[in-house]
Amino acid sequence: MKSYDIVIIGGGPAGLAAAVSARDHGIKSILILERDKELGGILNQCIHNGFGLHTFKEELTGPEYAARFIEQVKERGIEYKLNTMVMDISPDKTVTAMNREEGLFEILAKAVILAMGCRERPRGALNIPGYRPAGIFSAGTAQRLVNMEGYMPGREVVILGSGDIGLIMARRMTFEGAKVKVVAELMPYSGGLKRNIVQCLNDYGIPLKLSHTVVDIKGRERVEGVTIAEVDGNGRPIPGTEEFYSCDTLLLSVGLIPENELSNGMGVEMNPITSGPFVNESLETNIEGVFACGNVLHVHDLVDFVSEEAAAAGAHAALYVKGRSCPDVGSEIVFRAEDGVRYTVPTTVNPARMDGKLTVRFRVGAVYKNCYTAVYFDSERILHRKRQILAPGEMEEIHLTKDQIEKYPDLKTITVKIEEA
Amino acid sequence: MYDVIIIGAGVSGSASARELSRYKLNVCVLEREEDVCCGTSKANSGIVHAGFDAANGSLMAKLNVRGNQMMEQLSKDLDFAFKKNGSLVVCLSEDDMPKLQELYDRGVANGVKKLSILNRSQLKELEPNISDEAYAALYAPTAGIVCPFNLNIALAENACINGVEFKFNTEVQDLKKAGDIWEVHTSQGVFRTKCVVNAAGVYADKFHNMVSEDKIHITPRRGDYCLLDKTAGDHVSHTIFSLPGKFGKGILVSPTVHGNLLIGPTALDIEDKEGTNTTREGLDEVIGKAGMNVKDIPMRKVITSFAGLRAHEDAHEFIIRELPGAEGFIDCAGIESPGLTSCPAIGEMVSGIIRDKLNPEENPDFIATRKGVLAPETLSKEERIALIKENPAYGNIICRCEMITEGEILDAIHRPLGAKSLDGVKRRTRAGMGRCQSGFCSPRTMEILAKELNMDMFDITKSGGNSNIIVGMNKDRI
Repeated sequence: MKSYDIVIIGGGPAGLAAAVSARDHGIKSILILERDKELGGILNQCIHNGFGLHTFKEELTGPEYAARFIEQVKERGIEYKLNTMVMDISPDKTVTAMNREEGLFEILAKAVILAMGCRERPRGALNIPGYRPAGIFSAGTAQRLVNMEGYMPGREVVILGSGDIGLIMARRMTFEGAKVKVVAELMPYSGGLKRNIVQCLNDYGIPLKLSHTVVDIKGRERVEGVTIAEVDGNGRPIPGTEEFYSCDTLLLSVGLIPENELSNGMGVEMNPITSGPFVNESLETNIEGVFACGNVLHVHDLVDFVSEEAAAAGAHAALYVKGRSCPDVGSEIVFRAEDGVRYTVPTTVNPARMDGKLTVRFRVGAVYKNCYTAVYFDSERILHRKRQILAPGEMEEIHLTKDQIEKYPDLKTITVKIEEA
Repeated sequence: MYDVIIIGAGVSGSASARELSRYKLNVCVLEREEDVCCGTSKANSGIVHAGFDAANGSLMAKLNVRGNQMMEQLSKDLDFAFKKNGSLVVCLSEDDMPKLQELYDRGVANGVKKLSILNRSQLKELEPNISDEAYAALYAPTAGIVCPFNLNIALAENACINGVEFKFNTEVQDLKKAGDIWEVHTSQGVFRTKCVVNAAGVYADKFHNMVSEDKIHITPRRGDYCLLDKTAGDHVSHTIFSLPGKFGKGILVSPTVHGNLLIGPTALDIEDKEGTNTTREGLDEVIGKAGMNVKDIPMRKVITSFAGLRAHEDAHEFIIRELPGAEGFIDCAGIESPGLTSCPAIGEMVSGIIRDKLNPEENPDFIATRKGVLAPETLSKEERIALIKENPAYGNIICRCEMITEGEILDAIHRPLGAKSLDGVKRRTRAGMGRCQSGFCSPRTMEILAKELNMDMFDITKSGGNSNIIVGMNKDRI
């Protein structure tokens, strides 16, 4: 059986950045396993710009952003296998993979970095009633057809969900000659970035209907139209508010789900809020030497932060392989997400293993205006930052320093919460 | 000129075709859709019922019990997924015990073997997630679960290999008698035949009533279902029924033979024979009632919902006979639950009626077995390695959720009566049937279909007809 110091599952933005970072932290024996025919992951179909503002201080398209990292991987001579599906990972880090050339094979890893990304939530998960004709696509599937293959999935489009891919596809379909009639969003706020609402809907006169959902799909063979209705505070359609839109296509942008089947299979503990693994400050799961980063850990809005997070995972994996100088000494401090904060990544921190600085990422559960992000060390508030607006569609982060934490030797709990003005 | 024309390539028509292929007969199946298994046969519970529901002495009871007995061997002969997982009819109160006893007695009278009534603790032991309200249950270990698609496909493929002709996209429009010969008028021309088998599902009344003064009436009885992810598949291990009410067997909770969890169906009588749309009310009812007998069903794991139409004849009985006054016209009508279970026995019975009429010779070349699409996951690691070495397409995963390889999809396309559409591939291989519901694999499967069938990408459909998936090229109308 072949063995590597670090095996990275997935060659998308997370896997690439993790590989580069691990190599730069001194690990030579690295293998990336990618199921698609090229590296870069979903970035390859994201041909719009807006990537890289944080990482490269310039606006790149998805493929350009991916290319920068692919180049770094190749410069460093990091090994990768394409068209290779990982079938299973055992708790002792034996990776079983399969491809056309090598068949079914096993690789032994000292450390594993999970970087499988996420998938789109399908229609069925929403229980949208109606027929099941052709013409219903998840936004990402439509994006692939249009951007990678040049095919139009439809002419007249209704979009359910205002996630970023849906918003981007509203603009893209308009560019390609389709008429996007409306974007309906179940929640009273958009799930996407503010900039995408402005640049993809407002600029093209596409209406966004908040607190609306699809209540019926018409058409036996191909979509002929959908009915949209307003919903009440519990997300239930309000009778009498139905509106029929004639269309041949329904695009769904109704959420992303971290793709953790392999993680589950090897016994990684999952956070039900993020559907990603619980991780500590090193982005390490409950299985020692198994790290997670990017959308498999929690769904991100911006790839720049995926790269940043993945670089941290790569560095910690490198440290693990080299034999951590400070193994499990000291006790873990637990993060608590309260009062509007849905979760934090990480969920624990061990100061002994911590770098100088720790980035804690989180999302809020509703729109908050003129409020404060607050951090408590046990009962003492150590951060109180005024925010004009916080929205579920935008990931937040705070930074803690090692010095800051070490001042509290008996610290048990760090609480992150939203406080009203 | 045919000896037999069968209208409909669902389970009844396909089972009849297969049984008839044991004889030297010129048989043709006419199907209005692009594939077999496109109507009632594709959207149902996939249950092999034990046989205690139908009235004692009814044809339904007889064919149910017979079909149940035949299913296991048939699944081996024709290589489709079947599992004898047993069923439980749950009774929630002591007051309902007489009804449970009645079911038991009827089952015994119908010839169902191994029935027993379990008390609460026995029930809990079998099914830890059973409702705390459960009082007792009728246990039928002979009940099972089957893949309805592959049962149907296997019967049709085997019939095809044994010489039965299948004509798809061929809708029967009229039936005329010319002397002893039936003229079957279709969207693809007129076909002449000695016998007609009416296995048209919810449309069986239409064809029956074309040739008979003694009218029948079939009501499409719609059932909505929700299918849950495989990670919920072991929530129960038996098929859990409610005590039957006025409309069928209530909402069942069952593992599927492929390891998902299925809940449903509702029972709503409708007019529209094409009304396979789910409704808010229907899905709410499924979700609301499924929890009556089974607790903690993880509804967040629903991956799809669908509706099927049962062909409910007013008298709630199978009608399988040569029609008086319409010689050579054989009804196979009113085939609602337990129709799937009964189909092997229905095929036998239809074939028996025709054999008695036409006295055909046996077909000496009849092949009774068929191999399904090779499922690499059933192989040992060594076998799988050898398979990929021989055919690398088996090393290329196309459907990530169900881990279906290119090799399996190629097999599904190129076998007898092969897949022509995304749904055709899906029903033969499960590609696209998993938790992402074909979001990832559909563009890849479309490419494979286009290449293998030498079709244009624009002509690839979800399920034939006008169900095209892409409508043009970018900017082609700008």
